Amino acid sequence: MNNSVAKEKIISLRKKRSLEDMRFKYYGFTAMCLSLAVLVFLLYTIFSKGYTAFQKTIVLLEVDYNQEVLKLTPDSSVEEMEKGKFFRVKKQAIENFFPDLSKSDIKLVKKLFSINVDNEIKDYFLDNPEVINTKQQIWVTAHSDVDQLLKGNSRRDVPEDRRKLNDIQLSYVDQLVEEKRVKQVFNNFFFTKADSRHPEIAGVAGSFMGSLFTLFTVFILSFPIAIGASVYLEEFAPKNRITELIEVNISNLAAVPSIVFGLLGLGVLLNVFGLPRSTPLVGGSVLALMTLPTIIIACRASLKAVPPSIKEGALAVGATKTQAVFHHVVPLALPGTLTGTIIGLAQALGETAPLIMIGMIAFIPNIPTGLTEPSAALPVQIYLWVESAERGFQEKSAAAIMVILIFLFMMNAIAVFLRNRFERKW
Amino acid sequence: MSNSKILANGVDVYYGSKQALFGISMDIKEKEVTALIGPSGCGKSTFLRCINRMNDLIDICKVSGSIKVDNEEIISEKTDVVSLRSKIGMVFQKPNPFPKSIFDNVAYGPTIHGLVDSKNDLEEIVHSSLKKAGLFDEVKDRLNEPGTSLSGGQQQRLCIARAIAVNPEIILMDEPCSALDPIATAIIEELIDELRLNYTIIIVTHSMQQAARVSQKTCFFHLGELIETGETNKIFTNPDNTKTQDYITGRFG
Repeated sequence: MNNSVAKEKIISLRKKRSLEDMRFKYYGFTAMCLSLAVLVFLLYTIFSKGYTAFQKTIVLLEVDYNQEVLKLTPDSSVEEMEKGKFFRVKKQAIENFFPDLSKSDIKLVKKLFSINVDNEIKDYFLDNPEVINTKQQIWVTAHSDVDQLLKGNSRRDVPEDRRKLNDIQLSYVDQLVEEKRVKQVFNNFFFTKADSRHPEIAGVAGSFMGSLFTLFTVFILSFPIAIGASVYLEEFAPKNRITELIEVNISNLAAVPSIVFGLLGLGVLLNVFGLPRSTPLVGGSVLALMTLPTIIIACRASLKAVPPSIKEGALAVGATKTQAVFHHVVPLALPGTLTGTIIGLAQALGETAPLIMIGMIAFIPNIPTGLTEPSAALPVQIYLWVESAERGFQEKSAAAIMVILIFLFMMNAIAVFLRNRFERKW
Repeated sequence: MSNSKILANGVDVYYGSKQALFGISMDIKEKEVTALIGPSGCGKSTFLRCINRMNDLIDICKVSGSIKVDNEEIISEKTDVVSLRSKIGMVFQKPNPFPKSIFDNVAYGPTIHGLVDSKNDLEEIVHSSLKKAGLFDEVKDRLNEPGTSLSGGQQQRLCIARAIAVNPEIILMDEPCSALDPIATAIIEELIDELRLNYTIIIVTHSMQQAARVSQKTCFFHLGELIETGETNKIFTNPDNTKTQDYITGRFG
């Protein structure tokens, strides 16, 4: 009797336990689904807002490359051609864009075109100098307002004074669409140009290069220092109060808000050492300080994960400590170290606050070519564009987020690849 | 034959405040196999690791007393640990080949010690070491494969070959067969018997049969003390101490 009661108890307890198991499984599953849903929503929002930035609107313009207007002759040298009066050609082309335009109409038409049209007319001529004294139909970039209207990003059913384009301009655009004199093409400017005040010719190339230079600086500074520090702490340092204190403080440093590192860069690197403001060199140094603890922690963890028997084996055949560490322990820890470094770099890539402190938020309209040139960085560029009032910058910021996400995704892919490639089993 | 190779005198070992070995004194003869037996935690491995100063790796471990190898004191600050370890090879409980090729595993020691001048010399050392470890015929066609791809017994023989390659005089073996099956164990035991001709071998083992089979001398440790030492035959048939008697007849341990 007693025995069977105990048995029932055990059975009911067992049922309860397996129910608990089941419940926990569903909790986990729900949590995963939720986070996945949030992620999908996030990516969808970014993509749906940003994909239009990869297209630009171009308009067909008839340009008369008259030698009198250009003040050139068919025999002009390239240097002379560079100085041709292309703005006059453009002015003429716009005046004749629609038949019978009044002076005020011409002003309105002019606003349908990008500021970059002069350059495009010039570049076309420099590529084909034989077109002198002929009329050419060339596709030129439309103004961002036209671009946004045709992409459906700005609405035409709001009162005229709250629109960028007035009623006359709207009718011009409609006429162009009807005559098939506008079309949308791939926006090469987004990938080849730096920041600009004009959304239609603003691109991420400048900030992308800035980020690349910054990451390069971070890697050069933090990787050797982090390896040195972690190898010393893990393999050579005596275990005493001081090393313990250092270890605790490395973990603390990893938790220091990044803006504090920015202040350090501002106070020490810029004001004391006088390094050039807004440059990848300073930005990279600050971010290197910030990522060092992350890399050191990852590096030490992977050094710790190497079985001590390998080191013992090396020592037992008479290797010195340094040989045992650098011939056997470090190579085995390398995949983990590299992964940690790349994750640290990814963190640095997305960091904005310290860069703002050291002035990488400045408006830089050209693409940097070195570590000591002022430049922007991708996250700061996004911040700048999000802040802009111009509607054309909104899709740009979403698109720049896509660029940075793809960049991050690729870095993580490299990390996974390196880990799989160099991982050795023992 | 009766020269003392290793002479230990009053060796005490502390792990922090806990004493692990109490005044061990021992005389190990050249070109003999000495087995250290005893229950778990009795300090036999600790003593073994004193001989090539492997205990240095453990921060809290303090060794005092005297161990002389070829009449040279090794428990001293001045001892050159690297040259000591090149003279005293060690084989560990769990096979620990480097995650490198079979060739590189054996070649590592001679390379770092600069024992070879040319690639041919190195190849010769690797081949002869593998032959001495009785592994050459099994691996001669795949010297470039990773050492970790071998079976457990082969890995252990690879570790023996690695130890032999630096031309040591003494080989320490810390339960070399505890992770192996009986067939691999038998092969290693046979190998130990051959190696005895050229090397002084000290083996820690949990298996009394193994000690009886391979060793000439046996030392019985218990709770950090050396209880009895003597000819293996005598220890296993007619020990002086009752504790030894109890242990080898399986009454404890």
